[in-house]
Amino acid sequence: MAGNNGGKRGLRVVGKPFVKVDAKAKCIGELKYADDLFLPRMLHTKLLRSTVPHARIISIDVSKAKAYPGVHAALTGADLPPITYGALPVSEDEYPLAIGKVRMVGDPVAAIAAVDEDVATEALDLIDVQYEPLPVVTSIQDAYSMPEPRIHEYGELGNIHRRQVYEFGSVEAGFAEADHVREDITFYEGSTHLALEQHASLAQFSHDGKLTLWTSTQDMHYLHRHLAKVLEMPASHIRVIATPNGGGFGGKCDPFNHEIVVCKLAMVTGRPVKICLTREEVFYCHRGRHPVLMSTKTGYKKDGSITAMHHRTILDGGAYGGHGVASTFYTGILQPTTYTLPNYRFEAVRVFTNKAPCGPKRGHGTPQPRWAQEIQMDKIADHLGLDPAEIRKQHAIAPNSITANWIRIGTLSLRQCIDKVVAGSGWKDKFRKLPHGKGIGIACSAYMTGTQTPIYYNKLPHSGVQLKLDRSGGVCVFCGSAEIGQGSDSILAYIVAEVLGIDPFDIRVVTGDTDLTPVDLGSYSSRVTLMTGNAAIEAAERVRHMLREAVSAKLEVPGERLSFADRRVFDSQNPDKGVSFVDAVCLAEEKYGTLGTTGSYKPPAAPGKYKGSTIGPSPAFSCTAAIAEVEVHPETGIVVVPRVWIAHDIGQAINPVLAVGQIEGCVYMGLGEALMEEMTYRGNRNLVHKFPSFLEYKSPTTLEMCDVITYLVEEPDANGPFGAKEVGQGPQLPVPPAIANAIYDAVGVRVDEIPLTPDKVLKAIRAKAKGQEGRYGPSVFPTCPMPPAMVVPTPFQGGDGKALEREPAVSKK
Amino acid sequence: MKPLGKNGRKKLEKVHIRLRVNGEETEVAFAPHKTLLEVLREDLRLTGTKHGCELGECGCCAVLVDGRPVLSCLALGVAMEGHEITTVEGMAVGTELHPLQQTFAELGAAQCGYCTPGILLTAKALLETNSRPSRDEIKEALAGNLCRCTGYIKILEAVELAAARMAGGQAEPAKETIYGWE
Ligand code: FES
Ligand code: FES
Repeated sequence: MAGNNGGKRGLRVVGKPFVKVDAKAKCIGELKYADDLFLPRMLHTKLLRSTVPHARIISIDVSKAKAYPGVHAALTGADLPPITYGALPVSEDEYPLAIGKVRMVGDPVAAIAAVDEDVATEALDLIDVQYEPLPVVTSIQDAYSMPEPRIHEYGELGNIHRRQVYEFGSVEAGFAEADHVREDITFYEGSTHLALEQHASLAQFSHDGKLTLWTSTQDMHYLHRHLAKVLEMPASHIRVIATPNGGGFGGKCDPFNHEIVVCKLAMVTGRPVKICLTREEVFYCHRGRHPVLMSTKTGYKKDGSITAMHHRTILDGGAYGGHGVASTFYTGILQPTTYTLPNYRFEAVRVFTNKAPCGPKRGHGTPQPRWAQEIQMDKIADHLGLDPAEIRKQHAIAPNSITANWIRIGTLSLRQCIDKVVAGSGWKDKFRKLPHGKGIGIACSAYMTGTQTPIYYNKLPHSGVQLKLDRSGGVCVFCGSAEIGQGSDSILAYIVAEVLGIDPFDIRVVTGDTDLTPVDLGSYSSRVTLMTGNAAIEAAERVRHMLREAVSAKLEVPGERLSFADRRVFDSQNPDKGVSFVDAVCLAEEKYGTLGTTGSYKPPAAPGKYKGSTIGPSPAFSCTAAIAEVEVHPETGIVVVPRVWIAHDIGQAINPVLAVGQIEGCVYMGLGEALMEEMTYRGNRNLVHKFPSFLEYKSPTTLEMCDVITYLVEEPDANGPFGAKEVGQGPQLPVPPAIANAIYDAVGVRVDEIPLTPDKVLKAIRAKAKGQEGRYGPSVFPTCPMPPAMVVPTPFQGGDGKALEREPAVSKK
Repeated sequence: MKPLGKNGRKKLEKVHIRLRVNGEETEVAFAPHKTLLEVLREDLRLTGTKHGCELGECGCCAVLVDGRPVLSCLALGVAMEGHEITTVEGMAVGTELHPLQQTFAELGAAQCGYCTPGILLTAKALLETNSRPSRDEIKEALAGNLCRCTGYIKILEAVELAAARMAGGQAEPAKETIYGWE
């Protein structure tokens, strides 16, 4: 049975659908999220947010608010040290409360702590802020044409935050070898995470001088560092507790101003202080999908093989850096991981605009370039008269290879994934054969399982696990990972149970607490199962060794003959001879004293040696193939997606039902981005968000969601715990392009811009009916001066992973 | 939570009322503008009821009032006197989970779990009026409850599985639900 590989491999827990360790607490309403916490004497915070998109702050007067009955404190930027912070060390450009200027509608300017939310809200009305408006940068075009006024004083050129140019091999030589070269300009609109839980935080400053923050964060460790920096306190005096997240999707990765503000307010008032953002405020926190304009120029041969790609991206970053420099890399760096690509050049630009900052959302920077290449592949196949499933299969990247940009790929069963969805969907009977208005399309992807480098440079483990066992037979797992709904707590229990031969229910899991748990870098980049899993295996194997030695002495059976299963430790040659797990623990405690072990994980080094080569490499790559079926209404342009078939190479499902659930969630989010979700602003009206609410920001309900036929493809990867690779992000990538390709199959038009809303589809249909090109999408790709590329010879050229001297400064088109 | 008035506080007298929540009578005093959501969470500390918008748009806060799903963020606490309120905390009987709670746990239908209480209660109300709903009827009933994690599929399957069990069967989930397709 597919998805049941664990059983075949003789595993007892891994690969089985054990109920999640927190499932029941979630289903009876017992689990405490951040806003469910109440402390005695707790105050409530509201933030006064900027009503203008770009302005100098002339003055802020909080005196009336401070005097308002029930208000305990009012803060402005002047009350905090003028220290900036931000997700990445290269772009620490945020203040907890604005100092000097505001850069977007929603920037926090002042904070009130009061006895309740009503009083805090009333007090906000008493704060007087005088702004001197500055010209507003609304778009990529504005950022290119308006170097002044600068949104930030740092960056590369005016409002251009970052430029990256790399060339692997020679695209010119590659294009010369090609039979055809085509360039497509495409756009992928921004969208937001829309996690149902609004961000909430509760801070307590105790009189011994220590600070505790409970907060809905995915990345507790990084937040811990930022708090220490901005509050000028030793990190060891700060305790951050990552409460279970009511959904993250990347939206709770950045350190947030409100988290720092409640800490400061708790320190000022001596009372616990809580904040829960409103839904509208969550839209202003954002950090979601960057809008990306792309130009993808590709050389290909008659058989569909790609000889070279020159891929250019421009990201509308919004008002702050956040994770944006990494996002920018990701719009280019993973492009060579899906199909064979011998020569590759990418040029990426991120601009600042006066909008909510963008950052990591499921797939972080990669759904956009994947979309660009996958819809282009469809056009290439069409042009060559080849089957788009076949062409993908033929040119899928080989497992155990190194890409042009020096990313090592381990197992990768993309061909098998394609076979699964082709067979399951009846592709061969449907493609180009369905009646007008119905269509089918395919797309593929590969995705990383964690990044090779941490966000700030260090040589420390990425993940640590501690195990505590005692004579009760109880096993407790401690790990700094953050449970955001993906099941990371359960994964720890399953893995330790597998190694020790006990039931996951026997294990208690403690996570997400900087005082109690060893560091894990956080729930981002699909790293958690692989990294915490490997650390957990190491810790569990170490304690298993101790139990083995103790039982071996007692039973006088050689240690290597002892098996751990069914809550027993026994002689594998004579299974009746053994001791219970509890007795084994007692024997070990007697022999070694108090029992505790640790395990840690650090990813293997990557083969690339050039500057920037640390972004992209991963211990393991997953891959996905998806086929979407669509119905397009030719008179309205409305697109309905009844069904998606999706096959995902997960290496080994630690729990198949959770893996299938992640894939279904990816299809859902891909469907939402493909058809309706847009994070857009009113350029003519103060650049306010168009739809900062659930009602107006369209997302799929049960009625729009499609059926999903999921196939788990399992080929264990040597770097994954029991062979596991990621599943939480990669499967989203092929969904939007598969839908766009299916629209072409249905009505013969190309919509080269996400979301594929009815107006765009209709415009393309009408254009086609008039004899024009049946296409909707951008046709102009603006340029800005680019630095010379870093040129890196590829492995195929016999390179050594290092860059050549920089090429002379000429801008290539 | 809107301000009461721009020019200073108009402190409203608290009302003192009797509520019936999860089969228990309780007395509670709160400001009259408070929503049922706020009364449940802040005054009764029944934090199982969640909120995602407090504007009636997400379905997280759904509770049952006299057996029918109501968005507690849109209902006033004072209007609840004399009504029977059921929250997620009231679904299990003793230590026995409601079949919906059981199937949601089994199928991983609660990923982050934040939408779960509202969905469980809405589904409970559905099954009480329609014991074997079709997939389309379940979708229709849950169309006002957003979930960002699951793509709804495991939720729909869990409701179907619970319905089958409540009808007296020993129903097990489909193999494909657990392991994916062959
Ligand atoms: S909290 Fe969203 S509908 Fe009530
Ligand atoms: S399980 Fe997370 S929103 Fe539904």
